[in-house]
Amino acid sequence: MRHTISVLVENKFGVLARIAGLFSARGYNIASLAVSETLDPDTSYMTIVVEAEDEKVLEQIKKQLNKLIDVISITDFTKKEHVDRELVLSKVNCSAKDKDKLEVVLKKYVAKIIQHKGDVAIIEAADKQENIKQLLEVLNKFGIKELVRTGRLAISS
Amino acid sequence: MIGAQILLECLKREGVEVMFGYPGGQVLPIFDKLYDADLKFILTRHEQGAAHAADGYARATGKVGVCLATSGPGATNLTTGIANAYMDSIPLVAITGQVKTFLIGNDAFQEADVTGVTRPITKHNYLVKDVKDLARIIREAFHIASTGRPGPVLIDIPSDIQLQDTEFIWPEEVKMRGYNPTYFGHPGQIKKAAKIIAQAKKPIIYSGGGIITSGANQELRELAEKIQAPVTWTLMGIGGFPATHRLSLGMLGMHGTAYANHAIMEADVIIAVGARFDDRVTGRTDTFAPGAKVIHIDIDPASISKNIRVDIPIVGDAKNILGELSEQLKKAPDTSDWIKTVEGFKKKHPLKYKDDGRLKPQYVVEQIYEATKGNAIITTEVGQNQMWAAQWYKYDHPRSFISSGGLGTMGFGFPAAMGAKMGCPDKVVIDIAGDGSIQMNIQELGTCVCNKINVKVAILNNGYLGMVRQWQELFYKKRYSQVCITSPDFVKLAQSYGAVGIRVDRKEDVRPAIDKALSTENTVFVDFHVEPEENVYPMVPAGEAINRMIEGLA
Repeated sequence: MRHTISVLVENKFGVLARIAGLFSARGYNIASLAVSETLDPDTSYMTIVVEAEDEKVLEQIKKQLNKLIDVISITDFTKKEHVDRELVLSKVNCSAKDKDKLEVVLKKYVAKIIQHKGDVAIIEAADKQENIKQLLEVLNKFGIKELVRTGRLAISS
Repeated sequence: MIGAQILLECLKREGVEVMFGYPGGQVLPIFDKLYDADLKFILTRHEQGAAHAADGYARATGKVGVCLATSGPGATNLTTGIANAYMDSIPLVAITGQVKTFLIGNDAFQEADVTGVTRPITKHNYLVKDVKDLARIIREAFHIASTGRPGPVLIDIPSDIQLQDTEFIWPEEVKMRGYNPTYFGHPGQIKKAAKIIAQAKKPIIYSGGGIITSGANQELRELAEKIQAPVTWTLMGIGGFPATHRLSLGMLGMHGTAYANHAIMEADVIIAVGARFDDRVTGRTDTFAPGAKVIHIDIDPASISKNIRVDIPIVGDAKNILGELSEQLKKAPDTSDWIKTVEGFKKKHPLKYKDDGRLKPQYVVEQIYEATKGNAIITTEVGQNQMWAAQWYKYDHPRSFISSGGLGTMGFGFPAAMGAKMGCPDKVVIDIAGDGSIQMNIQELGTCVCNKINVKVAILNNGYLGMVRQWQELFYKKRYSQVCITSPDFVKLAQSYGAVGIRVDRKEDVRPAIDKALSTENTVFVDFHVEPEENVYPMVPAGEAINRMIEGLA
């Protein structure tokens, strides 16, 4: 099962390597990872989506992360009210005559065309996981040429 | 003050009396300042020896061990010693030189990414990028190494930082928002534990290295006596409870006593203290102690419910939690029937070996115990020698048994003995070794003789890598693959270094040789040519339940 955890860390070089190293050394899987500074430039938030087969593994992941000196605190969103979003940029086949059709589709999601050149549209979407999944299925019908994703971000609500 | 001076000043303020290490190109400024410093430095013959010596020093004294090496190969040679300390939670500060800051990442001569290499085998590590951070980093390193669950910390110092000048400011306080070990157990949990113990019929205490780290041996003894529970321990827990005590069951697990393994499997309450349910202890985890409620006291929350489901976790320091627990226990349980059962196990399955007049390794260890009256510090290598040293010497005091538990590092015992002797010069220090292991760091004979570190080495010489041979005998149809090992003439080898060598072939010569070694003011190698194919029993085959032992002579 996938769990989203948010790890507040000291913004020092090598911290990402410590976290990534801990996951690989102990055989845990990272599904996605997003890192960025907080308002305080001395700290960063890492939003990590982990694959854990049961509670016990998730508990161990949190405990092991907590042992790292540079980890300040951990928030587990599994049983916590929160909102999460993922940002997706995608190049999609779209001729001029298809553009209206694509725009209609995108209205159902938090998504828009941010550039349209020739037969290619670049789409930006920032939405919930299930919506992103649906959207990608729809876009696939147009033909996805390229896709980049940030991985999930979460914040308690 | 330049960086090198700041380093030495900080070490002095941290109370460092001795360090072990080896010079090299990227630590020249440090060694230059060391020339005038009031700090004992032991030049080992290999950096691995320095790391193990610092580790042995830490285990014998409870203080932080310090080792120093140059960049690149110097640092990578330390890594086995660092990993060893990490697995056994030993406070160690390893200082390494690094190439100049502007050369880092350039594949410079003797450059290695040492913070990268040691990240998974240290509690924490630092690359110093600004001389202004150096004093704070050293202060933090000693704090991290010695508090909470201790462990090694590495500080990598580029050589240009060692030469840069700055004002020396000693940080009075250490502040790290991400590091706050828990020392005091949760009172509610302690109450719950006391309640379960009060109702126990067959309690057992399973103690580990945490007892020794925390200095909780007295509290452990008080609790055991109060509730009349037998006590068994891990390899790391040896010495935490007196082996000669009536309630002692000795070590448990793969080569533990049969009675300890039977007892823990039948217990209804296990009080685990400072131990981590390692696979060498539990055997098959799904069959381990099926009827027992488990109370687990440990300073590391990650140790709890990692391998075994725990009913009452108590995170904190063993010493004060055991004290609290004894206090909470108003009424002790009646365990007289249980003690009788356990006594029965002891009678039925004693620790034994066949004494047929030939020179047996177990006999050598017993004689070392007799000759030292149990007052020596014993270090060990890894393998059969280690298990016999654990089984046949009775350790009544903490820090009297020093062995590579988690990592199982051959070549640990001799340099560790050196470190222990430096820390405890008034103690007799004996490395119980095998002929294979001793050859892994035998170069430290030079260090011992040169610095007059009078340690004794008892080589249980069987001509084999004995533990691997034992596995091949029992589980691989006696197909002995690469386990027959030749050795030099250890007597001549010792002599060539200026040490003393004694060879023993017969049982009756064992005790006189030990007595001679103990009364000799020098490093002594005693080369005992023991029975070649003697096995360590009892033995739990890998992946079996721990009460399904091969007992050898039944």
